[in-house]
Amino acid sequence: MIKPLLQGLKITLTHLFKKPVTLQYPTERPQIEARFRGLHALKVAHSSAKCVACYLCPTVCPAKCITVEAGEDAQHNKYAEKYEIDMLRCIFCGYCVEACPVDALKMTGEFELANYKRSDFVFTKERLLEK
Amino acid sequence: MDTTILGLPLIYYAAMILKVLVVFVFVLLTVAYATYAERKIIGHMQVRLGPMRTGWHGLLQPIADGVKLFFKEEIVPAQASKFTFLIAPLIALIPAFISFAVIPFGDTVELFGYKIPLQIASVYDTQAGRVLDLNVGVLYILAMASLGVYGIVLAGWSSNNKYSLLGGLRSSAQMISYELAAGLAIVSVFMLSESLSLQKIVADQSNFFSWSGTWYAFKQPLAFILFFICSLAEINRTPFDLPEAESELVSGFCTEYSSMKYAMFFMAEYANMVTVCAVTVTLFLGGWHGPLHPVLNFIVKVYFLIFVCMWIRATYPRYRYDQLMRLGWKVFLPLTLLNIVVTGIVIAAFS
Ligand code: SF4
Ligand code: SF4
Repeated sequence: MIKPLLQGLKITLTHLFKKPVTLQYPTERPQIEARFRGLHALKVAHSSAKCVACYLCPTVCPAKCITVEAGEDAQHNKYAEKYEIDMLRCIFCGYCVEACPVDALKMTGEFELANYKRSDFVFTKERLLEK
Repeated sequence: MDTTILGLPLIYYAAMILKVLVVFVFVLLTVAYATYAERKIIGHMQVRLGPMRTGWHGLLQPIADGVKLFFKEEIVPAQASKFTFLIAPLIALIPAFISFAVIPFGDTVELFGYKIPLQIASVYDTQAGRVLDLNVGVLYILAMASLGVYGIVLAGWSSNNKYSLLGGLRSSAQMISYELAAGLAIVSVFMLSESLSLQKIVADQSNFFSWSGTWYAFKQPLAFILFFICSLAEINRTPFDLPEAESELVSGFCTEYSSMKYAMFFMAEYANMVTVCAVTVTLFLGGWHGPLHPVLNFIVKVYFLIFVCMWIRATYPRYRYDQLMRLGWKVFLPLTLLNIVVTGIVIAAFS
C-alpha cells in the first residue's frame, strides 16, 4: 500500500521539473498549421471572386449556415450576388471548401472571431473576400 | 531598568510586543504567499505555469486576491443566525494564529543585557539561568486546534444551508477522530522527553549526530508520520478535505460565505497549515537546531513541510468519508496505541 503512494509522490516531483506546456496566449501566439480550419475566405481571380454561385456549398453545409444568391454580371456570367456565412452556426467542418467545384473557397488561420453583436458574426461577401 | 510590572522589567513587555508583531506578520505573509506557492507548485506539478500575469511571475497575485475579496459584496443569508454567522470566521481564524504563542522559533537573543527567548510565551529566568515557558505547551496547541473546529461547525450550522451543515458536521467528526490519533501519536515523544514543555523537547533534539540528542523523527518515525498525516486530516488539507469537497458539497461550510469572511476561512486554513508544520518541526525535526542561524533553520524546516503538504495535495485524490473514518479509527488509532506500548516497554527495558 505504501509503495504506490510513494510512486505517486515521485511522479509529481519529476513533473515539477518538467518544462510547462502553457502557452501565454495573447503574448505568445500558437503556431497555426497549414491545414487549420479557421475563418473562410473567398478566393479572388481577375479582380473578382471566383465563386460561380453553383449552390454546392450551401447544399453540403451540415450547419446550413451559407446563404448564396446568384446574379448575372455584364458578361452574362453567373456570379454570387450575395454570399454570407453565419459564423455563429458554422462548425468549421470544411465541407464547403471540399465541395466547391471551382476552388473558390478556402479556410484561413484566422481564429479570433469574438465580437459584440450577433449581426457582426454574419460575414458578408465583402468581409469574406480574400485580402 | 528597575521599574517592574508584575515582577518583570519593562523590556520584557517591549520584547513581548515586538515578538508578537514579528511572528504575526511573519505568519500572515507566509499565509499569503503559501497560497501563491501552492498555485505555483501544483501548477508546475501539472506541467502548467500557475499565476503569471499579476506582477513578475504572478508575485502580486495574493495581494490582488486579497483586494478582490475585500471589495466583494458581504452577503448574509436571510434565514441565517446572524451573530453566529458573523463570529464563526473569527473563531476559526484566531486559534490558528495563537497556537504560535508557544512555538520556540529560535535561540535566546540578548537585547540591552536582557536575554529574550525567541518564543512568545516564555521568559528567561536569570536566577535559574534557563528559559521558562508554558510547561504544558503541547496541550495548549492541541486545545487551540480543537477550538478551531468550533468556527467551522458554527459556520456550517448558522448558514441555513444543507451543504454548509453537512460540511460542518463532517469536519467536526473528522477533526475529533483525527485529533485523538494525533494526540496519541505525540505521547511517545513526551515519554521520551519526559516533559510537555516545547523548550525542553527542542533542547532534547539539539545534537543531530548523536543518538541521545537526534531528532525525534528518527527515534519515533512511526509517530512522526502518523502525526503529520493526522494533522493534515485535522486541518482539512487534501487528501482529507472532505468538509469542503467541491464535487459533493459545493464548498462545504463556507458555501454561504463571501468577501472578507470567506477570506478569513481561507486564511485560517493556511495559517493552520503553517502552525501544524511548525508544531511538527518543533516536536520531530529538531525545532530551531541546525547548521544555519536558529531562526533560519526553523523557517527552512517549516517551509519544507509546507512544500510537502502542497506536494501531497498535488498527488493524491480525496478520501471517501467512510474510508477516512476507517483509516482514523481502525488504522491510525491502534498504530499509535501500539507505538506507545512499544515505546514504554523499550524505555522501561533501558532505564
Ligand atoms: S465549414 Fe462546414 S459548417 Fe462552416 S460553412 Fe463550411 S460547410 Fe458549413
Ligand atoms: S461551391 Fe464554390 S462556387 Fe459553388 S457557391 Fe460555394 S463557393 Fe461558390
